[in-house]
Amino acid sequence: MTLEAGECPNGHVSYPTHPRCPECGEPQEETHDLSGQTAEVVTWTKSTATPPGVRQPNTLAIVEFDVDGEAVRALGQVTTEDVETGDEVEPVHVEELRDPEVGLKSENPESQEWGGYRWDPV
Amino acid sequence: MGVAVIGASMTKFGQRDAWIRELLSQAGEECLDDADVTPKEVEHLYVSNMASGEFEGQTGVMNMLAHDLGVLPAYAERVDQTSSSGGAGIYEAWQSVASGASDMTLLVGGEKMTHKTTGEATDIIASITHPEEYKHGVTLPSFAGLTARHYLERFDAPRESLARVAVKNHKNGVDNPKAQFQKEITMEKALDSPIIADPLRLYDFCPITDGSAAMMFTTEERAKEITDEYAVVSGVAGATDTQVVHERDDPTVMGGVVESSKQAYEMAGLGPDDLDVAELHDMFTILEFLQLEGIGVADQGTAWEMAMDGATEKDGELPINTSGGLKSKGHPLGASGVAQGVEIYEQLVGEAGPRQVEADTALACNVGGFGNCVITTIMEAAE
Ligand SMILES: [Zn+2]
Repeated sequence: MTLEAGECPNGHVSYPTHPRCPECGEPQEETHDLSGQTAEVVTWTKSTATPPGVRQPNTLAIVEFDVDGEAVRALGQVTTEDVETGDEVEPVHVEELRDPEVGLKSENPESQEWGGYRWDPV
Repeated sequence: MGVAVIGASMTKFGQRDAWIRELLSQAGEECLDDADVTPKEVEHLYVSNMASGEFEGQTGVMNMLAHDLGVLPAYAERVDQTSSSGGAGIYEAWQSVASGASDMTLLVGGEKMTHKTTGEATDIIASITHPEEYKHGVTLPSFAGLTARHYLERFDAPRESLARVAVKNHKNGVDNPKAQFQKEITMEKALDSPIIADPLRLYDFCPITDGSAAMMFTTEERAKEITDEYAVVSGVAGATDTQVVHERDDPTVMGGVVESSKQAYEMAGLGPDDLDVAELHDMFTILEFLQLEGIGVADQGTAWEMAMDGATEKDGELPINTSGGLKSKGHPLGASGVAQGVEIYEQLVGEAGPRQVEADTALACNVGGFGNCVITTIMEAAE
């Protein structure tokens, strides 16, 4: 389970990866592992009305990584409710971000992966 | 070929006992009556609906409605474009007449949602997100919270400006007998309501709603034969933006709104200064600002000033959401974009009753997902 950004031959980087680059349409052939890097909080929210199988409250943040000088953003859960815009965070791995056995996708939990990274303020 | 709207209807929005079948046929029948068109004259039928399968276990709603309304053997199609299904239906209906494929096209949008819990309904809607977002439990309201915080911090906008959108749209909704809430709210109530997605509170969000709305489209030539009271679709266009919200270059710019409105203005030969009234997709209060900026009415980061100045009130410079908006009228997903069309049609033909403003040119902006897909429609009063 990685935190992988994709890069196309024209140097456009996106997280998550896509079969084709969202900016130019070329295949994304290179990847960058962001999991060992820190990022900065761009914005955050604390959601109190969460769907079945999701922790409550659910603090979420959009954070920005630097990949060879290009800003690459990612969204994820925050480990704490104590977070502010501009905070530096590091990704920490979690086996299950929400309960795959509950909710609309519970009939086919194998349709996607449920593990991933939360943001932990450093 | 000029495309005209000659009739419109909507059911009462709110918590309804009726299921999707009854809601759609109720609006469809009323629209046939309003346009004074017989079922057998209808050549194309479009049904805007996002998720009747997921909400109710009912699929194939276009054929169901074609049969229930007696429009057989009309061509029938279901249009799903998430929250902008209704706007996409307007686009489809316009295309069907403009291409010459149909001389009489009925559009009906509807959704039945309130029988689900808020969590279940939120999960159905959140299923449009990318798996990398969905697994974090992100919801459309949380995108609104993330974007609102960024907007307020970056443009130094007061929290009160968002509450003003809610207060205004509730005030407008009082004059709409079809609205889910016909009830004013105070600034204090909006600002003290429970937090849903910080910094947004309960009154920054539209409700979960059942309801249906419909419009009748025909050629301008035929419209003239039938009635004096019609409106013309002079511009309509749709556009998409990234499915993954954080991948947008600027979180406060809705690319789909910018692109679709640009194309719609071009087609109509008009610009933002020509608008007399507009219905914007205020699923969340912050969206009213992002759309005012996206359609070119306000510069980036300044739409909040319009809310503070009262420029978007019913008696302001550019009345926004005279219907009450999604905020107080309600948001039955597939019906919302059609209901926006119903409101601007009624404003243009002078049938808006106590909500009436003076208007010859009107715009409706219908947003799917969190700006993932957008349809902008411009309608003008018949000359
Ligand atoms: Zn590229």
